[in-house]
Amino acid sequence: MPETTTIYPDYQFIQEIESYGPFGAEACFQCRKCTNGCPVAFAMDLLPDQIIRMALLGQRDTLLSCNSIWICIACETCTTRCPNKIKIAELMDGLKEMAIQAGIPCPQPQIRTLHETFLENVRKRGRVFELSFIRNYMFESGELRRKWNDGELSYDLKLGLKMAAKGRYLFRPSKIDGQEEIREMLAYAFAGKSKL
Amino acid sequence: MKVSYYPGCSLEGTAKDYAMSIQGICTRLNIQLDEIPDWNCCGATSAHSINHRASIELAGRNLNLATRPVRFGLPHADLLVPCPLCFNRLKTAALALEGDQKEHYRITLPDSVPQIWEIANFFAEDNMLRRVAKHVEHPLKNFKTVCYYGCMANRPPEVAEIADYENPMSLDRIMANIGATAIAWPFKTDCCGASQVLSRPETVTRLVGKLFTMAQQVGAQAIVVSCQMCQANLDMYQAKISADWGKHFNMPIYYFTELIGLAMGVPEAKKWLSGHIADPFTLLRELGL
Repeated sequence: MPETTTIYPDYQFIQEIESYGPFGAEACFQCRKCTNGCPVAFAMDLLPDQIIRMALLGQRDTLLSCNSIWICIACETCTTRCPNKIKIAELMDGLKEMAIQAGIPCPQPQIRTLHETFLENVRKRGRVFELSFIRNYMFESGELRRKWNDGELSYDLKLGLKMAAKGRYLFRPSKIDGQEEIREMLAYAFAGKSKL
Repeated sequence: MKVSYYPGCSLEGTAKDYAMSIQGICTRLNIQLDEIPDWNCCGATSAHSINHRASIELAGRNLNLATRPVRFGLPHADLLVPCPLCFNRLKTAALALEGDQKEHYRITLPDSVPQIWEIANFFAEDNMLRRVAKHVEHPLKNFKTVCYYGCMANRPPEVAEIADYENPMSLDRIMANIGATAIAWPFKTDCCGASQVLSRPETVTRLVGKLFTMAQQVGAQAIVVSCQMCQANLDMYQAKISADWGKHFNMPIYYFTELIGLAMGVPEAKKWLSGHIADPFTLLRELGL
């Protein structure tokens, strides 16, 4: 017997999602082309077609706390192939933004930390300075500790030294004149939404 | 010929080799690259993932700067973008800031912005192919490669404004033009895992391992790319990916601009290649290039 769950639909929630778009989710006829082409479906708890279905049924908590919205790499294969022109990858972004605003704990904390450390780096200098971005990410995400424990760190360190020897790093960050403009821009965009 | 140029952050750092090869071939081809003054990060995956407004406005600032007069002259008609993700973000911002929701954003674009070009599509235009062909001194004879386009150069088609998005041909045309053989294969636009190399490295191992397996199966000696993120993910972890897959992957990953440079006999080409992790020289030696 397949497991059954009772769902109480909330047909208003899709309007809230669409206010982050529009994404055109209501055109979905469940052909599953999005899921069939998704390169990371193997790591998802809800498949892309299920995300859309859940969105139309207004399953807010399920959607905003699921893995899939963070697993999505934004490769745009689903959006490209959707016969109904639904912006599926963009809808995944909208859900991430909503999840952060709602203060829902992220089930893929490294991914969220990656985005936040990246944008913090942009805020500081206007451009990304790779060395400080990667260092901050490794510390803040706990990846440094994990790699140390898993014995992966030596591969990364050797690679890092090789890259340095080959002159692949910028050692002095470039700064831009419009730095203040960028700070103000990000402050406005993130006002009251998250820590940036 | 003069074009505006938006290099993007990684071409200042880990993708310096890509930046040098672009500069190198453009100098030889008499194309002047005028960097957008004071450009900023486009926001990349991180901005569009967690803050839509930031993603449009960060990219939009660069478009505004690109419409300002360059070196006391008129702004150029074309804006060349080597990083496919920057390309995607700048195009997305242009569409949003010209669309029916433009009032929503705090950046206003002037009436005309330059045409935004992803670099491989730029070099695959007929006039550019002819321009390069005139300079080819050492055609890459017997060089058998697959062309790997990745995601952002051609997707989504409404943003990239590309017709052959499921089977793009820009790099294939460029390879044929410099005497190389581009082998047809089915994974041209399959994702490499991109930024998850940091946050979920196992995704990259899985996706890139698939690419290598197929590239070997169709008899490719190399993989040609136009994206520095794809280049990094394919080039830097071959030993690790081989170990995880229990296979032996050892394949040079070239930027198409490096190969154009080699074919045109640009002397610095060997220097660009020396930045790679997977050995790019053995194959070239074997082929007498």
